[in-house]
Amino acid sequence: MSIKTVSRRGVLKSGAVAGAGLAVPTIFTASSAAAFTNEPTGSSVTLGFNVPQTGAYADEGADELRAYELAVEHLNGGGDGGMLNTFSSKVLNGSGILGKKVEYVTGDTQTKPDAARAAARSMIEKDGAVMITGGSSSGVAVAVQALCQEAGIIFMAGLTHSNDTTGKDKKANGFRHFFNSYMSGAALAPILAKNYGNDRKAYHLTADYNWGYTTEEAVRTSTEAMGWETVAAVKTPLAQTDFSSYVAPVLNSGADVLVLNHYGANMVNSLTSAVQFGLRAAEANGKNFEIVVPLYSRLMARGAGKNVAGIFGSTNWHWSLENVAGAKYAGTNAFVQSFGQKYGFPPSQAAHTVYCQTLLYADAVQRAGSFNPCAVAEALEGFEFDGLGNGPTLYRAEDHQCFKDVLVVRGKENPDNDFDLLEIVDVTPAAQVTYDASIFGGELGSCNPGA
Amino acid sequence: MFGLNKKDTSLLLIVAALVALAPIILNPFPEGSGMAQFNAGYPDLMQRFVIFGIFAIGFNILFGLTGYLSFGHAAFLGAGSYAGMWMMKLLSINVIPAIVFSVIIAGLISLAIGWISLRRSGIYFSILTLAFAQMAFALAASVLTPITGGETGLQTNLNDPRILPGFLGGGSSVDGNIPKPSLFGIEMTSSFEVPVAGWLWTFNWGYYICGIVMLIAFYIAIRIFRSPFGLMLKAVKSNQQRLNYTGLNTRPYMLACFVISGMYAGLAGGLMAAMDPQVGAERMQWTASGEVVLMTILGGVGTLIGPVLGAGLIKYFENIFSKINDNLLHQWFAFLPDGLEDLMVTIIHPFIGKGWHLTLGLMFMAIVIFLPGGLVEGGQRLRKMFGRKSEERAPKTTPAE
Amino acid sequence: MDAIILQILNGLDKGSAYALIALGLTLIFGTLGVVNFAHGALFMLGAFCTVTLSRILTLSHEVVDPTRKDFLGNPLKVDVPYIYDIFGETTGAAIIDWAVPLSILFAIPVMIGIGVLMERGLIKHFYKRPHADQILVTFGLAIVLQEIIKYYFGANQIPAPAPQAFVGSLDFGAIFGMEPGAIIYPYWRIVYFCFAMVLIGAVFAFLQFTTFGMVVRAGMADRETVGLLGINIDRRFTIMFGIAAAVAGLAGVMYTPINSPNYHMGMDFLVISFVVVVVGGMGSLPGAVLAGFVLGVLESFASMRQVIELLPGVNQVVIYLAAIVILLTRPRGLLGRRGVMED
Repeated sequence: MSIKTVSRRGVLKSGAVAGAGLAVPTIFTASSAAAFTNEPTGSSVTLGFNVPQTGAYADEGADELRAYELAVEHLNGGGDGGMLNTFSSKVLNGSGILGKKVEYVTGDTQTKPDAARAAARSMIEKDGAVMITGGSSSGVAVAVQALCQEAGIIFMAGLTHSNDTTGKDKKANGFRHFFNSYMSGAALAPILAKNYGNDRKAYHLTADYNWGYTTEEAVRTSTEAMGWETVAAVKTPLAQTDFSSYVAPVLNSGADVLVLNHYGANMVNSLTSAVQFGLRAAEANGKNFEIVVPLYSRLMARGAGKNVAGIFGSTNWHWSLENVAGAKYAGTNAFVQSFGQKYGFPPSQAAHTVYCQTLLYADAVQRAGSFNPCAVAEALEGFEFDGLGNGPTLYRAEDHQCFKDVLVVRGKENPDNDFDLLEIVDVTPAAQVTYDASIFGGELGSCNPGA
Repeated sequence: MFGLNKKDTSLLLIVAALVALAPIILNPFPEGSGMAQFNAGYPDLMQRFVIFGIFAIGFNILFGLTGYLSFGHAAFLGAGSYAGMWMMKLLSINVIPAIVFSVIIAGLISLAIGWISLRRSGIYFSILTLAFAQMAFALAASVLTPITGGETGLQTNLNDPRILPGFLGGGSSVDGNIPKPSLFGIEMTSSFEVPVAGWLWTFNWGYYICGIVMLIAFYIAIRIFRSPFGLMLKAVKSNQQRLNYTGLNTRPYMLACFVISGMYAGLAGGLMAAMDPQVGAERMQWTASGEVVLMTILGGVGTLIGPVLGAGLIKYFENIFSKINDNLLHQWFAFLPDGLEDLMVTIIHPFIGKGWHLTLGLMFMAIVIFLPGGLVEGGQRLRKMFGRKSEERAPKTTPAE
Repeated sequence: MDAIILQILNGLDKGSAYALIALGLTLIFGTLGVVNFAHGALFMLGAFCTVTLSRILTLSHEVVDPTRKDFLGNPLKVDVPYIYDIFGETTGAAIIDWAVPLSILFAIPVMIGIGVLMERGLIKHFYKRPHADQILVTFGLAIVLQEIIKYYFGANQIPAPAPQAFVGSLDFGAIFGMEPGAIIYPYWRIVYFCFAMVLIGAVFAFLQFTTFGMVVRAGMADRETVGLLGINIDRRFTIMFGIAAAVAGLAGVMYTPINSPNYHMGMDFLVISFVVVVVGGMGSLPGAVLAGFVLGVLESFASMRQVIELLPGVNQVVIYLAAIVILLTRPRGLLGRRGVMED
């Protein structure tokens, strides 16, 4: 069968509108009207921003949406240009993408794969979006990435930290700027060993789903390589709200470090319980008891309040990076400045990663000279860039994962305000967190332009 | 026709016409106009309308006829989806084995759960079904990860075996891409697009396959409602105790009803997997079970067409209202003076985009307060208002069946 | 041994939250025969009474501190609560520190008001309607309430710590002559358990020992006859709804230091509280409390490492498994009455 879908917007804008009231059935084949799904033919191009607007990650989604709006403004030549001024690639000039004005549609992922795919399909089928981006969980990212592969659309992942996204579930049309569990483990382990010693005994509480598994695995492997011992690893239900029964036995287990492989509300609640049970103040094996949270986000730190003080974790980016670690991380201040001016508070790491993803996509299109997903993918693969706040970065061709320095952070003891909760302890160079592309299995397949 | 009386035949024909013309009816606004945001005539949403319609019809066979409120029907939907998905991974990408197998698996599981849960009635039955479904959800999301893909869900992959020969949909990949679910080569995502004046109508293969399945399901539901078996179930609803006293054992009837209802849910689940090859565990969560309950009540419990309308309304809100953002609002009200424009946007802002839940909640309350019989009663009132005098004089009938 | 005692404590603590919510839910089931899907939302509203009060207490004006800089490099604006200006910094800080206990006083009138308003404005019209309609309208209300909270407070969790005096844990082991540190338990969780016991006791005493309570109990058993005796049972039921709302709200207020509240914490508890009520037996107040503690303790035991290793995934399903077993062996739950919501 040669019947294929084509962009509805594309059809209209190419002037295929039939004469008044006259129904002309048209069957498009791969070779006729459009070369790829939703080819933008008018004076504008539509991007799809698919973020959680309801559910537990709604605030994170709202922050992503702010960053997307800012990125669109900058691409269209508005505002102060943000990171366009510091970005190492200079092909974007504020006139949209390939001279087309950037427009966008938004959707609600509800942090559920089904809902996220429904929202993404509606953007593709109804609004003619040529790229989908966003999301705040790995389940959603993997689901939407697979959809985009099938539909012939580029997917620029938002906040997704599981190894699977660019590991066993990687797809040729999907790209991730955010870091992953493996990198968190590799970046954290040396810092933990330096601060807490090489002879620690760790107790893991792990959220019982894919992201939890990969994070536990990563932290375990890298800390055990430093000489730590893993006493126990207990899986906790994703829907758990009161972690007392999981936290209570930790103190008498012989462990002296608790690793919370939790994210979002899970992490806020388990950390709160751990602090209540006096783990921060306790001593075990003659050492101070310590807690580690492999993946930090500012919103989580805010939810946990004073409990995060002094607790180590890793993040993809932090707004104070350039001030603390120097001009290598240029772009950070430019972004914070324009985001802060517009919204009145500094951006989160989720906002940063989606802003970068939007710019990287636009830049790749500009360099490729086409919106064709295969051309864009080719332009992104192996792309080395700088000036987006993370220092020199590589978009690796083998698995479409970005490799850049990873931040190790710690909860501040006396934060000035709600946004100043984390301090940067160290920055682990990209070389230390790079791994072989084949270790997680999975196949990219070949790029799919759709039509 | 088809063994139906005149009224039912015309109902079936009306529904068939609506299903056939949905791509046109659901796109009332010209493409590119400000109101185009409210168009629902795109393949994904139309597929969802009919699939959730099937789910709700099946649920209504149980709840509407017998009054037994199952709070765990999503488990059968999810089980059907997983079963269908595995067929598409192991056998072939053809949707027929997937759909058939999903119905069979859901039937078996509902037989087991129904056999146990039907020992109790009333709220005790509801909680038993809820408990089973929640267990299925929790296990699917965690320890059953090898079978279900866990929280990330189950997808088709490049290295799936798909052992059947190519013309039956076998084979692992097509040019390095995963094959799309298809029916003997017709891909579910392929469509005809027909631009007419400013409008654009999309006639999607997948949608029409779902639509035909729904019409069959709807027809079977009418036959069940009109059969002696259906009468027996209604008797259970009105007074089960009296029925037992007459020496009738209602258990086999109830169990049969429960299994049929579960098979409808499995069919819906199989179709969902076939239209969009991805299954996540959250499809089995209690919120999903609750959703079908709400769909049925919203449309009108015990009516034939009500559940389908309820399903459509909820899915419409979920997919259309969540996508409206401030940017669009500003476009709509651009004709107003600046101050007024901002005021309008501020007023409407809480109800759209991330606030779509609020609108949905308010609508639930409004419908149940003002239209006790659900949407079907709304339709009846409208008909009464504009209808002929003779209909006005007619005594109030049971909700449209 | 220590581990088992520890898990019993945890179970009692979890159980007290379940019991409090289920108690209010049963009051509404039992007295009014209404399936209230908005009960979880009442729990959530209670928690947000705490958040609101601490927001009120920390209402601030800005003072510019030129010695420090904010993230954009401008002089930092420091918020100074008005309460510091009124009571001085030490007393002011102490009042803010005690925001959670103070919220009890704030929450009681607010929650009774919300409860009465809900009953008079909405639930009253649904007594004669089918349970399905009650579910739909109260579920709609729950969504509306939580969306309003989300609109004003955001979706993120908001920390509401316990007063400094209750931070830290009690060494149970030492009291009973075991080695120190064997069984330690956080002060606030002990407070929560005691608070729950007092509240449950108060509700039972109110129903058992007052004339008002007697009439309500009579009304629960046979509403029509009580009405025929010339007693205005409706008004009492309204008050009972208010009390049920207050019980749920207070459970929420005291829960905030245990878990930072967010807008859908009510939904998280909704399903579990229905399971608790039904397992306890429809229309039985002692049943609801008993089932709350039983399921709480079971859940705690199932989450022990040794148990999970033996039966993987059991911590995910134990409550539902227990519910199925209990309902199959005891047709009307632990202490249920015949004929309540069985059809």
